[in-house]
Amino acid sequence: MRFLKTVCLLCITSLLLTSCKSDNKKEVAIANNANIYVKGTMEAELTAPPLVPAPVGNRSAKKLLVNMEILEKEGTMTDGVQYVYWTFGGSVPGSFIRTRVGDLVEFTLSNHPDNKLPHNIDLHAVTGPGGGAESSFVAPGHKKTFSFKTLNPGLYVYHCATAPVGMHIANGMYGLILVEPEGGLPKVDKEYYIMQGDFYTKGDTGEKGLQPFDMKKAVEEDADYVVFNGKVGALTGDGAITANVGETVRLYVGNGGPNLTSSFHVIGEIFDNVHIEGGDNINKNVQTTSIPAGGAAIVDFKVDVPGTFILVDHAIFRAFNKGALGMLKVTGEEDKALYSGVKQEGIYNPEGGTIQTMPEEDKKEVVVKIIEKSLAQKMKDGKQVYGQTCFACHQAEGQGIPSAFPPLAKSDYLNVDVKRAIGIVLNGKTGEITVNGEKYNSIMTKQSLTEEEVADVMTYIYNSWGNNKTNVSVKMVKDVKNQ
Amino acid sequence: MRTILRLAICVLFLNPIIANCQSKMVQIKGGNYIPLYGRDSMKVSISNFSMDVYPVTNKEFLAFVKKYPKWQRSNAIKLFVDESYLREWKSDTILGVNQKEKSPITQISWFAAKDYCECQGKRLPTVDEWEYVAMANKTMPDARKLKTYNEFILSWYEKPKTFNKTIGSTFKNYWKVYDLHGLVWEWTSDFNSVLITGESRKDVDADTNLFCGSAAINATDLMNYAAFMRYATRGSLKAKYTMKNLGFRCVKDN
Repeated sequence: MRFLKTVCLLCITSLLLTSCKSDNKKEVAIANNANIYVKGTMEAELTAPPLVPAPVGNRSAKKLLVNMEILEKEGTMTDGVQYVYWTFGGSVPGSFIRTRVGDLVEFTLSNHPDNKLPHNIDLHAVTGPGGGAESSFVAPGHKKTFSFKTLNPGLYVYHCATAPVGMHIANGMYGLILVEPEGGLPKVDKEYYIMQGDFYTKGDTGEKGLQPFDMKKAVEEDADYVVFNGKVGALTGDGAITANVGETVRLYVGNGGPNLTSSFHVIGEIFDNVHIEGGDNINKNVQTTSIPAGGAAIVDFKVDVPGTFILVDHAIFRAFNKGALGMLKVTGEEDKALYSGVKQEGIYNPEGGTIQTMPEEDKKEVVVKIIEKSLAQKMKDGKQVYGQTCFACHQAEGQGIPSAFPPLAKSDYLNVDVKRAIGIVLNGKTGEITVNGEKYNSIMTKQSLTEEEVADVMTYIYNSWGNNKTNVSVKMVKDVKNQ
Repeated sequence: MRTILRLAICVLFLNPIIANCQSKMVQIKGGNYIPLYGRDSMKVSISNFSMDVYPVTNKEFLAFVKKYPKWQRSNAIKLFVDESYLREWKSDTILGVNQKEKSPITQISWFAAKDYCECQGKRLPTVDEWEYVAMANKTMPDARKLKTYNEFILSWYEKPKTFNKTIGSTFKNYWKVYDLHGLVWEWTSDFNSVLITGESRKDVDADTNLFCGSAAINATDLMNYAAFMRYATRGSLKAKYTMKNLGFRCVKDN
């Protein structure tokens, strides 16, 4: 009997012990990726943004050869603004690297002989000192090879880590490396590579010419440009990414920094799935996802309706004033049940023209004695207002643009009725009008000008280009306004 | 008679210049300075020495390899040069098509540069000597605090292929030395003594070398990133390496 008891006790203890053991096993499962068997060798496909290499699928782990070249070269930040970029693979961000967990990546970093500086690479996917930086420090005209095993699945940033580190990153030396889990990521229809970066130039935003890097602004985190894929407009117009209605789209989004955290958002879409910070944790139904400098996120969503969807950093001045703006163009059948498609047409001037202000309510009417300016002064001030506000549509000599914007020069429509003209400047105008026998059907928005500015610019217009020389006073503007 | 005398004096004066085909040197008065990687307590004192006015040119190095065939491309011992040694040259003794006689010699190893200087009875400058002379602008011996000083160097970094320019095409500095910034990097005798390792962010540990090449804590002037880049470049080199952007000049003790 006693013997039986002992046996029983032993049995239970051993059971407990083994169960403990299996629990431990689960906890160290990640470390076991080190033991994934590597079979065969293949050359990695590297792609420039916004493209990504073909999915890994369910291929076995391999020895993966990655050959990357460093190039220092001049590029375009935005129209008229040149910048000397330092690049991995000739693009900013650098070439996209796609691996699977358990791969043995043999990385060769080549520094082009024409380059001036030494560089290296720190891949956040590396488990090892410096993320590989220590083993890849390479002088111009030389190359270095090191290898690492991909232990953790996820989307990781890589960047240069040579002193001064911040400067190498600020000049564009970053990119993404994807480590797919066993069996690959779920299949989607379209995949793209997008990476944000902030840039610091000696000149102000938009100042023309070759712009040198500005260390002081970089230290103060005062970015002149915040952009997707290295330059303003990389993902707009012809560079826009595309999809068809009904397709699923996956974006590999990175943030090279060096300084700013991105609030990544696609206007008009909701992310179905977000791999938070590029890891295993999946969040669903997300509007805006935060991507730290030196971090990444994988987002996917289904596009249900056609149209242009705007990618932004929702720290929104960066989007409209510093360049963090991209486009996803979706084509296909409309689905009125999901989105009515009714559009209110109108011109939207994001930043151009005059400064936009919110209407001020309850402002007490202060009676100020109006001092009428001289005609010469009005012409001078009016010309300036014209240059800032009217020039883009009505053109330098008031000639307008055929079939789009009516002419102001020798304009019968203008000359016949001053009050109507003032009213249009104050209130805007939509609908068909006939000017000098030509029909125009466009929209002029309400202009945010002071009464004095309206008087100045109208006087300038009436006294230029063969018009009837009406001198528009502030009082005339006031009268029209109060009608 | 008088004219002949004048002529004779002239010839006498000219003679040493003609006879001595070595490049001109100027006197550098020694002194104390704080290098980028140091603090007040780490003032370095520099003794008087002479420095070449210009970097060694293609023409000068061509003459050298003709005289010392062991440094010709096909003869150089592989321990002392890498595969890119004088790579742009047409042959052992003919320059490349795009290489000007008056441009600085590049794609030479530290061993070759060192031997060149020694064959002229000179030596390579130390990092400290080089930095000491190179911290001058046109008018001041130490212009490192000036914005314009750093701006000039940084704008050079952003110009491609400056190794094709001819010597003397930059400014004459306080010591009457040309081209320390603006054409090519230059070898120094102890180029690797300031350790910027491949991992330039970890060298902040207290237990690493005294002169650690960190990108942060030990530097005297964190905004002098032009100098960081110079030290980083030196740190990436091995003595047998050659680079398209790397030449040298010699110095001599007085």
